[in-house]
Amino acid sequence: MNVLTYVHAFFADGAHWQGYDGIPRRLLEHIGYTLLALGLAAAVGLPAGLLTGHTGRGGNAVAFVATAARALPSFGLLVLIAVGIGIGLLPVMVPLVLLAIPPILVTTYEAVRSVDPSPVDAARGLGMPEAGILFRVELPAALPLVLSGVRSAAIQVVSTATIAAYVSLGGLGRYIIDGLYQRDYEKVAGGAALVALLALATLALFWGAGRLAVSPGVRRR
Amino acid sequence: MESVTKRYPDGTVAVDRLSLDIPDRAITVLVGPSGCGKTTTLRMINRMVEPTEGTILLDGEDLQRLPVTTLRRSMGYVIQNAGLFQHRTILDNIATVPRLLGWGKARSRERAAELMGRVGLDASLAGRYPYQLSGGQQQRVGVARALAADPPVLLMDEPFSAVDPVVRKGLQDELLRIQDELGKTIVFVTHDIDEAVKLGTMVAVMRTGGRLAQFASPADLLSDPADAFVEDFLGADRGVRRLSFFPSAGLELVTDAVVPLDAPAARLAASGAPYLLVTDPDGRPLGWGEPRDLIAGAIVPEGLLPYGRPFVPGTDSLRAALDCAVLSPTGWAVAVDADGRVSGVVSQQAIGEAIRSAHAAGRGDVAEVAEVAP
Repeated sequence: MNVLTYVHAFFADGAHWQGYDGIPRRLLEHIGYTLLALGLAAAVGLPAGLLTGHTGRGGNAVAFVATAARALPSFGLLVLIAVGIGIGLLPVMVPLVLLAIPPILVTTYEAVRSVDPSPVDAARGLGMPEAGILFRVELPAALPLVLSGVRSAAIQVVSTATIAAYVSLGGLGRYIIDGLYQRDYEKVAGGAALVALLALATLALFWGAGRLAVSPGVRRR
Repeated sequence: MESVTKRYPDGTVAVDRLSLDIPDRAITVLVGPSGCGKTTTLRMINRMVEPTEGTILLDGEDLQRLPVTTLRRSMGYVIQNAGLFQHRTILDNIATVPRLLGWGKARSRERAAELMGRVGLDASLAGRYPYQLSGGQQQRVGVARALAADPPVLLMDEPFSAVDPVVRKGLQDELLRIQDELGKTIVFVTHDIDEAVKLGTMVAVMRTGGRLAQFASPADLLSDPADAFVEDFLGADRGVRRLSFFPSAGLELVTDAVVPLDAPAARLAASGAPYLLVTDPDGRPLGWGEPRDLIAGAIVPEGLLPYGRPFVPGTDSLRAALDCAVLSPTGWAVAVDADGRVSGVVSQQAIGEAIRSAHAAGRGDVAEVAEVAP
């Protein structure tokens, strides 16, 4: 049997589609962790990136945060915090949020920094206030890059959120961890396939968001 | 501007004790080599750069008294690469300042559409995005955006230097036309002395170190440069360039040397001129021929010498007339009316005479101009 037949067997089993350990519930749990972690990371990374990018100050700090956070092992952090404060949502959220902040923060900073300076100069010269310049001139022009930063953060969180299962929480990681423990490789392969599909769905979602939110004048088509 | 200085923290002086009285409802051009502080001077007027010393007054009021955004919204601002907002349509780009001033969306767009016509943009471009326009069109949008809220002052920072010479000439002519209609107080920065002389009512020549070298009308600048720096900056051909300010209307046109294609032999022999200009039955020029080569009734238009580029007396300057004569293979310039019909011809010598008398009427520098006029 190869992986594809495992995956097929997993999805074909009607029992996997319902109940407490069913696919819909685990999928929703997984999406819930992802949205929460991404939302928290965006709440920190976007304003910080926009502000440092607009003012041009704090670029070194941004680079430092990015490098430091990237060096953190997500799984190690999870175990460390779980040992320290016990299991629950917090030990899961800390590593996921720390994982998601650097791509959002750094890309947003770079995106705003690399906006063509001449429309910014024109806007300022025409009497647009600084907040207007940031949100109505710089952000619309930087949006494709900003979205790509949030997208890579989202993909990383989707795949890393499987660690939640290590501290007794749900999500698609349950299938992988339980499957390994029970030597149920159909379950492992099925869980992994679901994570991969969710990552692809995330990509599609961001592609659609880009189409809707980015002006045709910036997309150039 | 009263003794305005801009000194940067590192000690660099961009503008040094500059005093300038910028006339209302006229174009004042700041011109000079790179690093002469002309752009800094312009940007101090809308406080994009704050002066270190000195005051800038607008209608007697210190600019520092106004809130900076209010001040900037009362001054149109046009920059080199237009600086359009890529994510907004052309119409919404132009409507920027009215929207900032709190006009309604419909009224702002109506005003923007009106301005598109004023700057010579086709209404079909309204819904396009900046990247779909040529450089020249983008620059027109930039001018329209600056004029949208009808500000009394227009600041232009090298607006036409990034487009090719043909488009630039079109934009310059358009600016002069718009200025005729609107009468704004325009401050225009350029490094191109030809552009300065063409557009400026007054021209301020600045030198490296942010000092004013001379502030004069273009004609005075060309006839009386204040010093060697200004003279050098004006270039070697300032004598010829100055002819742009003399009309060609006073030239005496010769009509004997103009003959129709079907002229009889007697007419060909009568003029005594070394060359005859042959015209078609409508009176439009065909080319030059020597009287002995022209056979009555059998003139072949293809056998004639090209007549070069004609000038229009009254519309064109003496410079244009002289240019025609210099370019003409016979040394004679062809004058035509607005419809392109020949009104006469004039020799280089006659143009030289006209230049001399024009200078005598003004207080020109006859010897210098006489050198270029044969």
